Amino acid sequence: MNLEAVKLAAADNLWSALFPELMLAGLALLLLVLEIVLPKKHHVVIPDVASAGLLGTLIGLFINWNSSLIGAETFNGLIHHTHQGQMMRAFFMICALLVCQLGRLTLARQPMPKIEFYHIVLVVTAAMMLLAQSNHLLMLFVVLETLTIGLYILVSYHRTSTASLEAGLKYLLMGALSSGILLFGIVLLYGVAGNPALPAHSDNAMYYPELTRFLEGNRDNFVAGLGIVLVLVGVGFKIGAFPFQIWVPDVYQGAPTPVTAFLAVASKAAGFAVLMALCGKDGVFASYQALTTPVLTVMAAATIIFGNLAALTQHNVKRLIGLSGVSHAGFLLLGVVASATSVLATNAIYFYLFAYLIASFAVFGVMTHLAGPDDSDQDLDHYAGLAKESPFLAGVLAVGLGSLAGIPPLAGFMGKFLVFVAAYQSGARWLLAIAAAGVVVSIFYYFGWIKAAFFETWTPPADGAPTRPARTPVTWVTGCALGFLALASVFFGFYQGPFGQFLALK
Amino acid sequence: MSNLPFDPLLIAIAAPLALALLIALGLPKRWSVTLAYGAFAVPLLMALHTWWHFSGVPQQDGYAFLTRYSTGLDGLGISLKLGLNGISMPLFAMAGIVGFAAGLYAIQSQAERLKIYLMLLLIMQGGLMGVFASVDVFFLYFFHELALIPTFIMVGVWGGRDRSYAAMKMTIYLTAGAMVSLIGLIALYVKSGANSFDLIAIKAHLARVPLEAAVQQNIFGLLLLGFGVLVSLWPLHTWAPLGYGAAPSSNAMLHAGVLKKFGLYGLIQVGLPLLPAGALHWAHPLAWLAVIGNVLIVGFVTIAQRDLKQMIGYSSVMHMGYAFLGIAAGSTLGVGGVVLMMVAHGLSVALLFLLSTCIHHRTHTFSLDEMGGLAQQAPVLAAFFVAATFASIGLPGFANFWGELTIFVALWKFSVPVTVLAVAGVVISAIYGLRASAAVFFGPATERMAKVAAQHPPADLRWAEKLPALILLVALLFVGFWPKSFSTPIDAALTAKTQVATK
Repeated sequence: MNLEAVKLAAADNLWSALFPELMLAGLALLLLVLEIVLPKKHHVVIPDVASAGLLGTLIGLFINWNSSLIGAETFNGLIHHTHQGQMMRAFFMICALLVCQLGRLTLARQPMPKIEFYHIVLVVTAAMMLLAQSNHLLMLFVVLETLTIGLYILVSYHRTSTASLEAGLKYLLMGALSSGILLFGIVLLYGVAGNPALPAHSDNAMYYPELTRFLEGNRDNFVAGLGIVLVLVGVGFKIGAFPFQIWVPDVYQGAPTPVTAFLAVASKAAGFAVLMALCGKDGVFASYQALTTPVLTVMAAATIIFGNLAALTQHNVKRLIGLSGVSHAGFLLLGVVASATSVLATNAIYFYLFAYLIASFAVFGVMTHLAGPDDSDQDLDHYAGLAKESPFLAGVLAVGLGSLAGIPPLAGFMGKFLVFVAAYQSGARWLLAIAAAGVVVSIFYYFGWIKAAFFETWTPPADGAPTRPARTPVTWVTGCALGFLALASVFFGFYQGPFGQFLALK
Repeated sequence: MSNLPFDPLLIAIAAPLALALLIALGLPKRWSVTLAYGAFAVPLLMALHTWWHFSGVPQQDGYAFLTRYSTGLDGLGISLKLGLNGISMPLFAMAGIVGFAAGLYAIQSQAERLKIYLMLLLIMQGGLMGVFASVDVFFLYFFHELALIPTFIMVGVWGGRDRSYAAMKMTIYLTAGAMVSLIGLIALYVKSGANSFDLIAIKAHLARVPLEAAVQQNIFGLLLLGFGVLVSLWPLHTWAPLGYGAAPSSNAMLHAGVLKKFGLYGLIQVGLPLLPAGALHWAHPLAWLAVIGNVLIVGFVTIAQRDLKQMIGYSSVMHMGYAFLGIAAGSTLGVGGVVLMMVAHGLSVALLFLLSTCIHHRTHTFSLDEMGGLAQQAPVLAAFFVAATFASIGLPGFANFWGELTIFVALWKFSVPVTVLAVAGVVISAIYGLRASAAVFFGPATERMAKVAAQHPPADLRWAEKLPALILLVALLFVGFWPKSFSTPIDAALTAKTQVATK
């Protein structure tokens, strides 16, 4: 690339378009600077700076919601600004805010450096936000790596805990493998799309519109098909879809609870944002639906069945919520399958993700309060008698789990309902039947958890066996956040107003 | 003419739900209990109001009190549309009455953790009022689920014998049934092409663009299977006696009395008018299943029961058989009979569950073999129970009589052998009903009963028990002596139904 081209590219860049991401990156660096500059006794304000900065950026995003850039591409086509992209930006920032809040509780119990946690969370969040808007396979891979590497560190953040280290190693190995597969798929696609012997070949084949054009022109190219399948496999690892879910229970159990929440919600949502950009109705792989739809259908069916059945037998709540998250990935995959033909499906997935965010963080918030110094040891038995000791936490837990189970009038029900309608529209009947059965099974383990919290009483073991950890008292801010999440689940179950317009988007 | 400054239907739904939310947010116990009287009274008053004014108010598309609230999903054709037609009005009234009786009884009962108990019952009540007031099929389902979930919790926590097993079994059966019916409703939404869950809009659209017979058959089959589980169609009924046997009384009253009618209501309000070819296709299998399974097999099983509550549970499964028969008959007469019967059965089974708990308080057992001679100590209770049994058997003077009679008349035209077998069922229900009354109240006191009576001399009904029972009994007699107050609107709604053609 000569100098002129670089100049042209620079003129094309609209740095203000990336204002939220830049803010977060700057904020992340600021935290490190503050750690050096501020005297140690003032370090307590650094998490507050992180939260305030995130909140400010989020408000800025809302102010500039209907930006004039919507629909445009910046950075030479690397980034595509859409309504969905705005939605996901807000999604990841809300996740980050909540993760930071939960992080304070968990970090307070550990003799660990604290500031880096917030730093990495912010960087990972910025990467996720870019991922949801990427319009280029190179961009996709680079931000995906940025966020995955950040998550490797976060998963093994409790570096004195063997469980956390084991989880970090497992995540690293699985993540590296999946990145390799993904990259191999990208390379195959790039290589075949750049082959001058083929019609519609392109010298910018990683750019989505160009790749789309190429795939439309070559509808049964074996190498392209192989590349597509490998890319799907790579993303399948990230979202924990069967048969690439094997890392989920161990990693979710070993990671610090806020990181588990981050993995379960934000990382999964990032994977689905990519999947929808690739496999949706107007997605890059749209002309290969004859290939992607069966692959995704089988994956969805197996994920729903495996996730629900495996979650049934769990006693450790972190493993339980991890495996139930696998089943949610299956329901979302059902939506992705439907999104091949139904516009409603794409929007339904976004609603589902938000409902999942609200409900999951309510549950993770309660889990953080019940965890002890050993973060990986969180048993169902620890919840016995929670309703008596802390009715507030028990209530939040019940709403969160109810929403995850998809019970009206909670938001989770609306998410499932919309995905089901879309699935029926697209004709995925058998998959829908499997999903319905999955819902029935899921009621079982969610209710088991609620039952433990509300209807069982805790009797300390007589033989001096290890007792359960002490509960962390609910602080004012965390209490407000959890109460807000619980009420939001109820509110969005009854009234979808703000999402309604979005859902009807064509 | 209705001249309330607010929408009576919305208030009837919102009042119980609002109090439930307040209790969840931490309302003190004393306030919760006091306000609960009001929160159960509001739906009752609204129900009586709509019943009284129903024929006077202007109707639109066959619905009175029609209002629409946007929930933000108008783009998908979902909105909270409330209204009552001739079919839903009687059930709405019944839900208000039974809910009030159950609520009164619950407030007076010394249940543990009364606040949460009342909260769950209020959620149920709000959901029930919503089920019968919804014109939008989505909200029909939504409110049903809302009312259903508290059942599982209440059986699991406040239930009697085998409560964990009963709660789990109920949860699996009813969630599965609900999911199947949800898929059926989604299928109807997508296949109808009306892009709306609004019953009126779907009906209007299908009248223009009829559905193919095969599609109708499949969708009706899904609905029948899903709703069938919810209404305890044989052989998918086993959750019902077990669940009702374990459920706390107020919950059993609301579930068996009102919530269970949702499946039948769905078939009548959605299935029959929108999918006539589907209904026709399934009529004969349904009729035989109902008469052999629900009426005869379950009838004999009921005779064999030695546990009072289980017996009432089985008898309610049996009576659902008659309702299915009326739906199978499909004529205006038959379906009208089903609606009347749903109202009557709701009142009478709620009364029976209420009284059986009153009996249990005095005998400390549900076993019919260990009771006897209670009429001497509790003559009023005996009178109520015998009256409720008569109502349940279908003696003239009670609402049930009209329901069963019209169903049988309609059934004669449909199939004579089915009618003969169904009428035989009346004898069965007379046998178990009268035998139970005799075992509990008459004859000499058993040894065990004498021992219990010596420790706690059984008193007659207290006012807290008498009042709910009286409300239910008066309603039963009122409808029994003046069925026209319901049958006229039912008839109007059923005959005015724009029949949807089949391609």
